[in-house]
Amino acid sequence: MNYWQEAINLLVGGNSDVWAIIILSLQVSGLALVVSSIIGVPLGSLIGLHTFPGRQLVIALVYTGMGFPPVVIGLAVFLLLSRSGPLGFLGWLFTPSAMVLAQVILALPLVIGFTMAAVLAVDPALRIQIRALGASPTQTTLAILWEARVGVLVALIAGFGGIISEVGAVMLVGGNIQGSTRVLTTAIVLETRKGAFDVAIALALVLLGITFVINLAMLQLQGTLLKAKQ
Amino acid sequence: MKAQPIYQLEAIQQRYGERLVLDIPSLQIERGELLALVGPSGAGKSTLLRILNFLETPVQGQVRFAGHVLGSRVPLALQRRVTTVFQRPALLSGSVLDNVAYGLRLRRHPEARERAREALTEVGLAHLARAAAHTLSGGEAQRVALARALVIAPEVLLLDEPTANLDPANIAAIERTVAEAHRRGTTIILVTHNIFQARRLAQRVALMLDGRIIELAPTEIFFEAPRDPRTTAFIKGDMLY
Repeated sequence: MNYWQEAINLLVGGNSDVWAIIILSLQVSGLALVVSSIIGVPLGSLIGLHTFPGRQLVIALVYTGMGFPPVVIGLAVFLLLSRSGPLGFLGWLFTPSAMVLAQVILALPLVIGFTMAAVLAVDPALRIQIRALGASPTQTTLAILWEARVGVLVALIAGFGGIISEVGAVMLVGGNIQGSTRVLTTAIVLETRKGAFDVAIALALVLLGITFVINLAMLQLQGTLLKAKQ
Repeated sequence: MKAQPIYQLEAIQQRYGERLVLDIPSLQIERGELLALVGPSGAGKSTLLRILNFLETPVQGQVRFAGHVLGSRVPLALQRRVTTVFQRPALLSGSVLDNVAYGLRLRRHPEARERAREALTEVGLAHLARAAAHTLSGGEAQRVALARALVIAPEVLLLDEPTANLDPANIAAIERTVAEAHRRGTTIILVTHNIFQARRLAQRVALMLDGRIIELAPTEIFFEAPRDPRTTAFIKGDMLY
């Protein structure tokens, strides 16, 4: 089997379609991860570090969200963005923006849930000590997030892993339009249906390779952070 | 004219759920004094310290700190005049120096690291400045925690059994540092199980039992002529329960 060869040929052979697909995949999932981190890390630490009425319910909702079927999110976003939907005026349906939105909704519970778990794992005595040393509420949260940084990074890895490999939502709201909304996962589905197994397998290998390299980079970062801890 | 007390507590009650854990009709703590709180576990000593550090708010009563009547939200500027060293030193990840500099960095002090170095020298641990905090022994960690508290020059230093479970050499080092801070004018409230330590360091001693202060007297009188028979029993080492 020379699928690897095929994959390499696709990549180095200057196949601009394949490169466009790879770049779009990284852009959509990368942007979705950035957005969900900006929202999810503060929310996760807020839920983890504070008590408020309805906290248990919020946590239950987050946990539910962590296992939500992507295709259901896709359907919801589709209805939201469809011409007659409440956000139809944005004109996002079948554009990368819609895919980013769907992936943000998918990644957000993962980022929130794992961040929450990470800050909860920090010694409560340390939290009180930080406050006793004169930290403002914001400074306290930042210090706890720093102590929990390895776990917070896991939250981001989980979020990215959840969306780069996801097909149902991007297929529904993006439409798998060539040159516009086709990403690796939807291209794999398409090529498989066409019977072009060599291309499908080559794309699958590219997808695996990308996720592997990204996780390797995250692991490297985690190692650096762990060293900083000592 | 007598200086205004640093703390004035009136009719303080604290409850955890239904349980009354602290009940203090009145307590004044003078500026610059070293007050020791003694008593068995569960007497409310640590709860009182947390209230004095504004880490919890009593369900009833009034806390007046440096003339300010405090509500549930204490302004950061007031909060920063008080700090606590707890029984178990909770150090941040990073180096010993990072830890000692932390309180100053929170206050955006321009010479945090230099001052932290000096504070470490004062507790005799300058050689450990670059060591990772998690590699310290219990005694070293507690001295680092003390340096970290003192470097911010708090008006009030609260000590919650700072020498419990430590060896005599570290206890002596910590007591020296505490006495020196007191000499410089820091108000210190020391919770201790060790009545000998209370006797060595404090100007006044309070015995707490079941959330109440049952005796509060100058150290000499507390030990030589206590009014409450339970104080006599406690000094003799009898169990109070």
